Amino acid sequence: MNDTASTARDSASTDPGGKPGRIGDVILRVENITMRFGGVKAISDVSFDIRKGEVRSIIGPNGAGKSSMLNVVNGFYQPQEGSIWYNGKTYSPMRPHDAASNGIARTFQNIALFKGMTTLDNIMTGRILKQKASLLEQAFYIGRGRSEELEHREFVEEVIDFLEIQAIRKTPVGRLPYGLQKRVELGRALAAQPTLLLLDEPMAGMNLEEKEDMSRFIIDVNEHFGTTIALIEHDMGVVMDLSDRVVVLDHGSLLADGTPDEVRKNQAVIDAYLGVAHD
Amino acid sequence: METFANLLGVDPFSIWFFFEVLIGGLMAGVMYSLVALGFVLIFKASSVFNFAQGVMVLFAALNFVGFLEVFSDLPVVLQVALAFIVTMAVMILLALVVERVVLRPLVNQAHISLFMATIGIAIFLEGFGELIWGSNIKPLDIGIPDDVTFVGDAMIQDSDLFAAIVASILVVTLALFFHYTRIGRALRAVADDHQAALSIGIPLNHIWIIVWSVAGFVALVAGIMWGSKLGVQFSLSILALKALPVLILGGFTSIPGAIVGGLIIGAGEKLAEIFLVDAIQTYIYSGFPAAIEEWFAYILALGFLVFRPQGLFGEKIIERV
Amino acid sequence: MFYREAGQFKTSYAADQQMLPIPMDRYFVIGVVLVAAILIPAFGSQYWIESIMVPVLILSIAAMGLNILTGYAGQLSLGTGGFMAAGAYMSYKVATNMPDFLPVWIPVLVGGLFAAAVGIAFGLPSLRIKGFYLAVATLAAQFFLLWLFQSIPWFVNNSVSGVPSAPPTTILGYHVTGAQAIPEAKYLFVLTFVVILAIIARNMARSRVGRSWMAIRDMDIAAELIGIRPLQTKLSAFAISSFYCGVAGALWSFCYINTVEPTAFDIGRSFDVLFMVIIGGLGSVLGAFLGAAFIFLLPIFLNNVPGWFGLEIATDIVAHLEFMIFGAAIIFFLIVEPHGLARLWQIAKEKLRLWPFPH
Repeated sequence: MNDTASTARDSASTDPGGKPGRIGDVILRVENITMRFGGVKAISDVSFDIRKGEVRSIIGPNGAGKSSMLNVVNGFYQPQEGSIWYNGKTYSPMRPHDAASNGIARTFQNIALFKGMTTLDNIMTGRILKQKASLLEQAFYIGRGRSEELEHREFVEEVIDFLEIQAIRKTPVGRLPYGLQKRVELGRALAAQPTLLLLDEPMAGMNLEEKEDMSRFIIDVNEHFGTTIALIEHDMGVVMDLSDRVVVLDHGSLLADGTPDEVRKNQAVIDAYLGVAHD
Repeated sequence: METFANLLGVDPFSIWFFFEVLIGGLMAGVMYSLVALGFVLIFKASSVFNFAQGVMVLFAALNFVGFLEVFSDLPVVLQVALAFIVTMAVMILLALVVERVVLRPLVNQAHISLFMATIGIAIFLEGFGELIWGSNIKPLDIGIPDDVTFVGDAMIQDSDLFAAIVASILVVTLALFFHYTRIGRALRAVADDHQAALSIGIPLNHIWIIVWSVAGFVALVAGIMWGSKLGVQFSLSILALKALPVLILGGFTSIPGAIVGGLIIGAGEKLAEIFLVDAIQTYIYSGFPAAIEEWFAYILALGFLVFRPQGLFGEKIIERV
Repeated sequence: MFYREAGQFKTSYAADQQMLPIPMDRYFVIGVVLVAAILIPAFGSQYWIESIMVPVLILSIAAMGLNILTGYAGQLSLGTGGFMAAGAYMSYKVATNMPDFLPVWIPVLVGGLFAAAVGIAFGLPSLRIKGFYLAVATLAAQFFLLWLFQSIPWFVNNSVSGVPSAPPTTILGYHVTGAQAIPEAKYLFVLTFVVILAIIARNMARSRVGRSWMAIRDMDIAAELIGIRPLQTKLSAFAISSFYCGVAGALWSFCYINTVEPTAFDIGRSFDVLFMVIIGGLGSVLGAFLGAAFIFLLPIFLNNVPGWFGLEIATDIVAHLEFMIFGAAIIFFLIVEPHGLARLWQIAKEKLRLWPFPH
């Protein structure tokens, strides 16, 4: 729970890039969020924080409210109670456009790519908030209409290189296999150069090799770009290796919060989740 | 400027006149409901928005009139009965063809594709029906009473009353069918949950054929009612478009919604045409043009949508990612 | 062999982002435009220019417009006729009341802008409603607008018949609109609009606005979560789409039918344009042209072909056959090739690339 706790990844990771002091102040605080759907409580009175530069995991059994939590953080769901404090401002509730324009990007549990568009165009949509050309400039492809396209194309090409998806640049994403789609979705989020990246089960349904690739991308994003990451993942090995701190939710309530080691040893967590469902 | 009521030589402020307009509107609404009913049946069972329902009404009516002609040597009762049965057979055949040629190849496609495909069906049927039976206006007379009855000073068309009774019988029959027959229960199961219905072994293809046949039956009844009132003609399919605002008002999945929505639209547009126009012409702007009936239903539905997008009886959908 | 995509290496992103990155395509399109601008007016017959090229080109504009809304932004519209009427009536009003020295393209553009405003008004509900519901909302536009223009004499300068003739106007001394117009002149007038609007459509499709539309079309929730504002995006699609339709409506009245009348823009017109988009190919500018040509030429073809074989088919039967073929073609394309004729054209190009050695 505090800065002195060495992170699991720094000790476990073989990547030499992990440097201490990576983690800074709190940039986001979830404050007493309660979210109901009709009569069903999906989240009840949950609070936790995310520090700059860390990898923060949210775990819990199915139906624990993990995805709903991310949806609240980036404004897709508006909770009945509670607020989000982010970068010095309190949002109650957060709105999707606030989140996106203040550097919160995300990927989705069930891939939410734009199926009819190419990989390139999908990733270009991540730059939309940074494009300012007027409609006329776009219509005639002059001035900023042209220069912005080229400028952002260059950045997007860097993302494409980073994710090693050069070969599928002009393929409509609907035709790509699942693992690659997940990667393109990460690319779209990265193209926005987010401060905070929310990843909803980025490795679900992947084989071991694909998981290793994806883990590597996540570590690289975090360490080389300094991007803060909030991660939902079911693979406990991945979670324990990647995370600096872990939040455990169960039936919409906060069960535990701490370093991977602390969480692993927490009796309530073992009872509710780890000991029963996994390992 | 003379108002419409003055032209008719009626006192526009008479309660009986209001009553008469209201009843006339409600009866027209029953007709819309009959078309909307067919939409709802298909939408509930297959999530297909069947734009062709209106043309199916025209197509059924064309066939019915055509077969009446074919059997014109027979006694009237037999003639009508035979024409009805043969037309129904045509509608079932249509359901089979639609399932095989359109729905099956498009299964799991985006809803909008299926919707556009039903526009294709609509235009094909329009051409096909008129190619076979001709495009001239055909009177349809199967002995539906055409006198008028007076309730107080209000005049009511007997044919409208007859249509209302037939519609009620139809709705009751459908309700019984859905609650007490095996097929009906299967249809309701599919409407509730596609996946679950499939997993307990209800074949989707059969469901589609059955529900399109039932919608064909509803179209035939509607076609006979409309045809008797207005003659069987091309414009029926345009008029049947009024069933769309009815659906919006009532919700796409609700049979009571289709009925109530139809009544509201029917009564609303008739009352608006007479009294709203009259009021605007009298108090606001005397040059205000009439014939707002052409669009009133759509604008009413549109206004309604903004406040309650799921319709009167529809369910609210929670979106997930 | 004659057409190749391979070996076309780009050394800069600018080259790769051109409107037509493949030189062959570029030469072909330039060639088509040159033929359309020079050879057709020079050698085409009057019938060919006036009764085929002009209406097909105008309908292509309308189809491009609907394609922006339905093909790119995914918002189904059955109100195209209404938006075309808005353009036609407003440009008539402007053309008959403006000072003579103003050029005729001004009322056409004003008509388009008016249609765009009307499109925004009827697009407003699209924030809350989708799909079929929206289709019904656009039907409201269709019926309401037609009623409005028909019922309010102001739009037609209180003309007694209610169906006024298109005003005769000139450019460089040549009549380009109205009944006296020279076919070649009005053809070139229309062609100018077509070329400019097609270029704009292509540019928008490859820019931010186009990507926003497609994002909303493919997954509106995800689009919203990456910062695309749904209402603005949808309304921009409605506005620009209606602008195209409005311009098409104005040209239809001014350069083709030479009158301003509601029946030219009834619900049948809305469906025709929708069919052009479906058959031509959703989300394709080329498809708008192919679809417009197909829908407009098929009836002419059906009327003439039996004659060549010495057969005679009554015109009403031809009309019924036409309906059936349209219906069947729509279903066929939705099932077999949802990207329409434009995609078939691409496949033909792929075959051509290998020709004459397909293996």
